[in-house]
Amino acid sequence: MAEATQPNSDHEEDSGRRDFLNYLAIGVGAVGAASFAWPIINSMNPSKDVLALASIEVDLSQIDVGSAIKVVWRGKPVFIRHRTEKEIEEAKAVDISTLIDPETDADRVQNADWLIIVGVCTHLGCIPMGTADGEPRGEYDGWFCPCHGSHYDSSGRIRKGPSPTNLLVPTYTFLTDSTVRIG
Amino acid sequence: MSNHPAPNFKNPVIRWVDSRLPVFSYVHAEYGVFPMPKNLNYFWNFGALAMVVLMVMILTGIMLAMQYTPNVDLAFNSVERIMRDVNSGWLLRYIHMNGASMFFIVVYIHIFRGMYYGSYKNPRELLWILGVVILVLMMATAFMGYVLPWGQMSFWGATVITNLFSAFPLIGESIVQWLWGGFSVDNPTLNRFFALHYLLPFIIIAVVALHVVALHVVKSNNPDGIEVRGPQDTVPFHPYFTAKDSLGLAVFLFIFAFFVFFAPNYMGHPDNYIEANPLVTPPHIVPEWYFLPYYAILRSFVDGWWIYEIFFGWWSEAKLAGVLAMFGSLIIVAVLPWLDTSKVRSCRYRPIYKWAVILFLINFIILGWVGGKPAEEPYVTIAQGATMYYFFHFLILTPLIGWIERPKPLPASISEPVLKAGSGAQFAGASAAKMEKS
Ligand code: HEM
Ligand code: FES
Repeated sequence: MAEATQPNSDHEEDSGRRDFLNYLAIGVGAVGAASFAWPIINSMNPSKDVLALASIEVDLSQIDVGSAIKVVWRGKPVFIRHRTEKEIEEAKAVDISTLIDPETDADRVQNADWLIIVGVCTHLGCIPMGTADGEPRGEYDGWFCPCHGSHYDSSGRIRKGPSPTNLLVPTYTFLTDSTVRIG
Repeated sequence: MSNHPAPNFKNPVIRWVDSRLPVFSYVHAEYGVFPMPKNLNYFWNFGALAMVVLMVMILTGIMLAMQYTPNVDLAFNSVERIMRDVNSGWLLRYIHMNGASMFFIVVYIHIFRGMYYGSYKNPRELLWILGVVILVLMMATAFMGYVLPWGQMSFWGATVITNLFSAFPLIGESIVQWLWGGFSVDNPTLNRFFALHYLLPFIIIAVVALHVVALHVVKSNNPDGIEVRGPQDTVPFHPYFTAKDSLGLAVFLFIFAFFVFFAPNYMGHPDNYIEANPLVTPPHIVPEWYFLPYYAILRSFVDGWWIYEIFFGWWSEAKLAGVLAMFGSLIIVAVLPWLDTSKVRSCRYRPIYKWAVILFLINFIILGWVGGKPAEEPYVTIAQGATMYYFFHFLILTPLIGWIERPKPLPASISEPVLKAGSGAQFAGASAAKMEKS
């Protein structure tokens, strides 16, 4: 018996060491492969030149009260609306507990006169209508997305339709009263 | 793979090569004497047709790539140049454009053939799954190809479809930016789509090769869905199926050529001849026709639909539910071999399931039709009903019918009906050619 177990346990000890070496080799290989995979995957992320173009400055002095413009930022439109008193009042008056994505108007603007939002429907990425004169503005005095019928209000919040969230507010800073840097 | 002895080639060069690399023996075994059930009908042509279309796509695609420029400022004009200035450029492009549609028609018929005659069942499950993998790769290829001409539909189709990934919680937004290589569909996106559109067809070839190897292990199913019992049930691939596939190919090429020469833009969308404009969305975005059934499933999931509320409403947004259902609608096809509980393969002998499969096809066509309509009533309700039926067919009807149905008696062998019809024919093999269509 003892003679039989002796070589056996030897063998077990041996195979334990061999397994360890095996796992070690596989582990080192896996870490190596992963650290090679990451730069490859990461190369598809936005590059430095794309990131460098990621901010723009806009002159607001030409935008009359009640009208809006579209500017291109990071390849997509940003809506800048010079809101009227009525639009500001409407945006503030809403009981936010009734909203699909509750947010106060004050959380969405730095200066109540200017609404600055990314003009990309949060449903599947169409451009909502309502910036240019004469375009339909939906039932809440804001924007209307024709693709699947989302209505946004004068604060760019989703009020009706399939979009899950409000139109995005980009990061921006007022450099002077009439210029803003977006991004 | 086959136990046929290698033929004795007369040509010494062929003999020399073959004894070092047995390509000639391989072709002889797999396409010369390979045993095919002798009762196959014309539905068995579509695999060969798909193979031909794939080759045509690769050939025309490579020629187009020599003229095409993947850059947002130049892409649209480079395609217009192909159409107007490049010698035969219009022909190459129209073949490639309509070839994509032909590819999907052929493959859809090929898949439906499999469903009707039970070709997915033991032992052909893996063959079936490889087929679904090919379908998914084709969809990815065609989707990215459609982006290349950089028209309005290219751009907005790409935007809407890539945005689907934003539905995934937490990581969704990063995935989408990673796919784009930026903050919207733009030049980096176009470049990588071109690279991948060039690559994927070659991966398709590799999967097709596996599909064919698997086929030649388990061999072809047949319209009776019963096993081949011996040589009396088969005919050699050549000349029987080389001839039959050629005839089918000739008819198919007529139809293909009709579209290329007389209705090249019939299956396309006019908005794609307007250059992409990231600031203006066309009022009605539709994908290519072959994606419409899945697009209908995607759009069916909206707040308030009771199916959505019961199965998804309590844990997921409608947008995510639609995305999951759309991917699910393809995965469910792959697991069909395990959803079907019947031992009988062919619908010829399945009086109830036969109608279920036909209804499934009609429902699939309805899904495709509503997928192209605007998202308003009554289309939304129709799309939701058809979406429900799609899953009901796979998850409820298919297992259930397998249990309750009493199949018709199966013939003892493939040649039995042949022998009965051709009374006095002693050697079934001798009358095979005549009987092949029975
Ligand atoms: C699985 C096979 C393939 C499918 C299903 C497919 C599908 C498509 C589709 C739907 C288009 C858009 C057609 C249009 O509206 O203009 C396209 C364009 C294009 N494809 Fe492919 N393709 C395939 C293989 C290839 C291959 C192998 C290449 C070689 C590089 C290629 C190169 C191109 C090029 C350069 C374009 C842009 C020119 C154009 O729009 O006509 N394709 N492809
Ligand atoms: S993309 Fe705007 S409603 Fe769907």
